[in-house]
Amino acid sequence: MNTVVCIKQVPDTETKVKVHPQRPALDPEGVKWVISPYDELAIEAALRMKEKMGGTVTVVSMGPQRVEETLRTALAMGADSAVHIKEDLDVDAITVARILAKAIQGLPRDLVLVGKQAIDDDSGQVGPALGEFLGVPSVGIATKLEVAADKKSAKVSRQIEGAEENLEIPLPAVLSVQKGLNGIHEPRYPTLPNIMKAKSKPLKAQALKDLGLKPEETAPRTQVAEMALPPPRKAGKLIEYETPQEAAQKLLTLLREEAKLLQI
Amino acid sequence: MSDIWVVAEVRDGAVKRTTLECLGKARELAGAAGGKTGAVLIGPEGLAKTLGAHGAQRVFVADDPRLKNYGAEAYAAIVSGLVAQHKPGAVLAGATSYGKDLLPRVAARTGAGLATDCTDLQWKDGKLVALRPVYAGKARTTVTFTTPIQMATLRPNAVPVPPANPGAAPETVKVPVQVDDNALKTIVKETAKTATGGAIELTEASIICSGGRGMKDPANFKIIHDLAAELGAAVGASRAVVDAGWKPHSFQVGQTGKTVSPNIYIASGISGAIQHLAGMSSSKCIVAINKDPNAPIFKVADYGIVGDLFQIVPALTEEARKLKAKG
Repeated sequence: MNTVVCIKQVPDTETKVKVHPQRPALDPEGVKWVISPYDELAIEAALRMKEKMGGTVTVVSMGPQRVEETLRTALAMGADSAVHIKEDLDVDAITVARILAKAIQGLPRDLVLVGKQAIDDDSGQVGPALGEFLGVPSVGIATKLEVAADKKSAKVSRQIEGAEENLEIPLPAVLSVQKGLNGIHEPRYPTLPNIMKAKSKPLKAQALKDLGLKPEETAPRTQVAEMALPPPRKAGKLIEYETPQEAAQKLLTLLREEAKLLQI
Repeated sequence: MSDIWVVAEVRDGAVKRTTLECLGKARELAGAAGGKTGAVLIGPEGLAKTLGAHGAQRVFVADDPRLKNYGAEAYAAIVSGLVAQHKPGAVLAGATSYGKDLLPRVAARTGAGLATDCTDLQWKDGKLVALRPVYAGKARTTVTFTTPIQMATLRPNAVPVPPANPGAAPETVKVPVQVDDNALKTIVKETAKTATGGAIELTEASIICSGGRGMKDPANFKIIHDLAAELGAAVGASRAVVDAGWKPHSFQVGQTGKTVSPNIYIASGISGAIQHLAGMSSSKCIVAINKDPNAPIFKVADYGIVGDLFQIVPALTEEARKLKAKG
């Protein structure tokens, strides 16, 4: 089973977001960079498949020099090789998918996995758009993946509101991974020997021109014109009370008559 | 002059509320753009009337028994074909599991730009402008488009459903369904209700009752479920609760869970980690119940009750029940 996993380097979830003083973007000052959590789960899923069925795991990412560290982490988790599209582009997710598709095209793959969304821009577009650019089926927000023994098809479930959709898809295909896929809630951590081993695993750097993309194919389709922090919420009222009943009555009255948001 | 379209979402034989929200917004945008409001309906033709009543002046209907269930490739082929032929200025869909899966494929195929999970949309200088939170709500962005066709998914609950006009008769255009066999292979076979999922989906709920580590034991969540049932609310949880295995991940609110914006968010026993606050801070009204007066959650709460949730939450359920009994 050959799996390609597309990963994105993002600020750790503990990050207190600050807006860059010159641009409508995150101020990277002091940010700790990590693999986006859903992408980490996608790596874990790929590694478990490899352990069960054999084959290879290739990780692919795009971004500046610092992304190399993220790819080395994925190699230390157990991926076999990495592709680094070394470009610091400010482009939308669909254009990213187009670039990734070019880089993936020549790689051995029965399956492409991505996280269901990166936790920085939360756009969630790369999985389905990759399916489109690669001309293969895509399943978004996948919670179950069962590859047939001949690796020609897979039974898949995807999460929808209050239910799951079950389908069977021919491979190769693209899946975007939800937390809990096949019961996977946590990725593995690289061990020290594996971190050492990862240093000598193949990591190929590529530029856009190596991929044969025309400039108009990588022109951004959308642009972030402004970025701002949400207006701070005003600290509200603390409800004074003698008994729980009184607290409950006061709260319900406030929700009905002051906030006017509760109708019972 | 640009037409504004909505891709309708049909579940269990009915049009979803998010579609009606999108139609309300589409009508507003079409007014500003000097165009018409259109809808794409992959489903029973009878539902075109509902779309018309909510503002669609023209409904493209692809009614085919093979497309009763969703299939990303087949649906994308139909919507993309219509978009390429008619070139609307903008195409909207709800930011649900359906819209999130379908529109990226359509946008990729038609050369459109796409802004997902938007909280509002505007029409300015002949172009769509999208407002969307990033970092699970820690920041907000304004997104502009460089493409002639512009697409967006709109977060459920973000905009109201305007009053319907039941008399409206939309022009319906039947679309011949030509989908290749490969695309039909990836149609959903069956939909299974999840036993763990609450009756009301978190991202679509207008009230959410959430519990955190302060619940102390998974069995104690019964009092949260009781309150939710009384208020018609969905049940949510903090990451600590999900990581402890007390609730499945589908309940998690926050940066690695769901980003929600209900009218009322009641957080019980949740201290308010930065990732959790990001996921719920766009709620219209936040209520915090916590025994620790220094919990960060009180800094964002509109109403706070410092006290024992095991007394307050059941009292709240009881008082809500009394109010309902009074009518």
